[in-house]
Amino acid sequence: MNYIPNILFAIALIVGIGYFAKNVKKLIRNIKLGQDVDVCDNKSQRWKNMTLIALGQSKMVRRPVAGFLHVIVYVGFVVINIEVLEIIIDGLLGTHRIFSSIGSLYGVLIGAFEILAILVFISVIVFWIRRNIIKLNRFWKNEMTSWPKNDANYILYFEMVLMTLFLIMNATDLHFQDLNSGNVISQYIAPLFSGLSEDIIHLIERGAWWIHILGILVFLNYLYFSKHLHILLAFPNTYYGKINPKGQLNNLEAVTNEVKMMMDPNIDPFAAPAEDAPMPAKFGASDVQDLSWVNLLNAYTCTECGRCTSECPANQTGKALSPRKIMMDTRDRLEEVGKNMDANKGDFKDDGKQLLDDYITREELWACTSCNACTEACPVSIDPLSIIIEMRRYLVMEQSAAPVELNNMMTNIENNGAPWPYNQMDRLNWKNES
Amino acid sequence: MAEFMAQGKQPEVLFWVGCAGSFDDRAKKITKAFVKLLNKANVEFAVLGTEESCTGDPAKRSGNEFLFQMQAVTNIEVLNAYEVKKIVTACPHCFNTINNEYPQLGGKYEVMHHTQFLKTLLDDGRLTVEGGKFKGKRITFHDPCYLGRANNVYEAPRDLIQKLEAELVEMKNCKRNGLCCGAGGAQMFKEPEKGDKDINVERTEQALEVKPEIVATGCPFCNTMMTDGVKVKEKESEIEVMDIAEMIVQAQDL
Repeated sequence: MNYIPNILFAIALIVGIGYFAKNVKKLIRNIKLGQDVDVCDNKSQRWKNMTLIALGQSKMVRRPVAGFLHVIVYVGFVVINIEVLEIIIDGLLGTHRIFSSIGSLYGVLIGAFEILAILVFISVIVFWIRRNIIKLNRFWKNEMTSWPKNDANYILYFEMVLMTLFLIMNATDLHFQDLNSGNVISQYIAPLFSGLSEDIIHLIERGAWWIHILGILVFLNYLYFSKHLHILLAFPNTYYGKINPKGQLNNLEAVTNEVKMMMDPNIDPFAAPAEDAPMPAKFGASDVQDLSWVNLLNAYTCTECGRCTSECPANQTGKALSPRKIMMDTRDRLEEVGKNMDANKGDFKDDGKQLLDDYITREELWACTSCNACTEACPVSIDPLSIIIEMRRYLVMEQSAAPVELNNMMTNIENNGAPWPYNQMDRLNWKNES
Repeated sequence: MAEFMAQGKQPEVLFWVGCAGSFDDRAKKITKAFVKLLNKANVEFAVLGTEESCTGDPAKRSGNEFLFQMQAVTNIEVLNAYEVKKIVTACPHCFNTINNEYPQLGGKYEVMHHTQFLKTLLDDGRLTVEGGKFKGKRITFHDPCYLGRANNVYEAPRDLIQKLEAELVEMKNCKRNGLCCGAGGAQMFKEPEKGDKDINVERTEQALEVKPEIVATGCPFCNTMMTDGVKVKEKESEIEVMDIAEMIVQAQDL
């Protein structure tokens, strides 16, 4: 009879973590739909980036207000999880505050958790006000339709509730309050319950304890369906993020091979391709499977903060392009492809849709100035520009669908080696002009 | 370059003029100004002249990787044939492409932007700069994306402006937060997509906010875009858009 709570707890834990693990597997499968890229180089630089940017939040604090508040929530999240460890052990073994045996250090720890909990609570309230009352421009752009907006608020509500439950749980723990060590914040909440009988207070304490841990498990499983995945993916994403100079676009090997053949005078231009020759690679991207897996990881990592879009010169001047929307569209399409595969026993059945046109329009793609403001602004090293360039490559090399002015420019380069229609022989004329 | 080769000599540096610097009337002035400075500092330099061809930057950024690589491979063959080691260019797009995108295709050179090169000439005492007519003037520097964010070069152009004893004022978006002039990614060659405003006008407004007498640039495309922006705002009688090389030349009446 006494073991029922332990068993219930174990079941909740197994279901909660099990379902999450199942979705993580799906997440990894979806990301692996992307093209392979070599990211084995420069390990030390990659570790450094991850440490500074993800662990150290170095790019978050470039916007001081949001950055500072975010650091509080981030540190709170990481540190308060030590308490979750205790809750899990207590729940499984039927103990109560098993770590309290470590003595006065326990008070210090819980005291720190309580202070962080109240700071997180306040920060989250400020975040909510910035989104819903002040209505900061970047949270109200076109792509912030109902789900992205609600998703952001649900996360904030979740955090408010979890922090409140944590403090109530401590405030109603009479034994803990009697110790009078570490109850820095909860001692001021405890008097609210002073009129109640000990049994009721104990019931509230148990209730808060259970809802708190169940809430955490629900939140864990909410991640996969939400923009909040960044709390996990920011780490691999900053590790695998671009380490070359921002201005360097990747080289298309498939094209290099073709160009080499064209430049080689010894190749027979009329030779029939070998029987077993592989299909020539598709140039550029029209759907998510054509993008690299790092692009797809980027899409899952994006937490839709909109710093990229607010820095984008095209977006600032009213163009349709929003780098954040590029990432959100990529993720939405990838999710759609994933669901299609789930419904078809793991195989993708053509659904007549693709990332290009059904999600991202050509107008958006051609508005980009490739200025890298978006990649500079992203706090977790997401690269929307590489997706834009891949899709332009598809439009130009597979569809010959560049805007007519760009076709003129490219014809000029082909014919006379300059983007304008000048004669190559006039290149040095400036030398003799005064 | 061919002349150097014929004499069995190697120049100190190859000046990659770029298409804008060769053909565009405004950018040609920058080319000529930079050449004056190279001559003043007794730099033995060469140009490829009619053997130079577009680096392929606008093609690559439009998505035409074929055309880019054709251009790149052709240029690399010419450069390697002349055994070029060091290249300087007044165009950040050429700078970025040759520096970052040519090595994978077999073209490995030391590449410098002309502001970096001028900075080394000053540091080595081969060139001196005085304020001249720029002394005390309010000058703001517009960071070219392909020099700044793309390659983290922020200080060399600013150091040169400081050397002119001018008052350097920064726009609200500068250095790594610099706002694009609107010409990058092959936008130079097409009309913008529809929107509320042109990007160069937005950037010009940012420049006007700090009330400069001169908007300094380090890129022929930025120069065109900012010049147009100043004209849209009808400020061309008060504000000049100049390349840093031109300013140094004018300061010394070269």
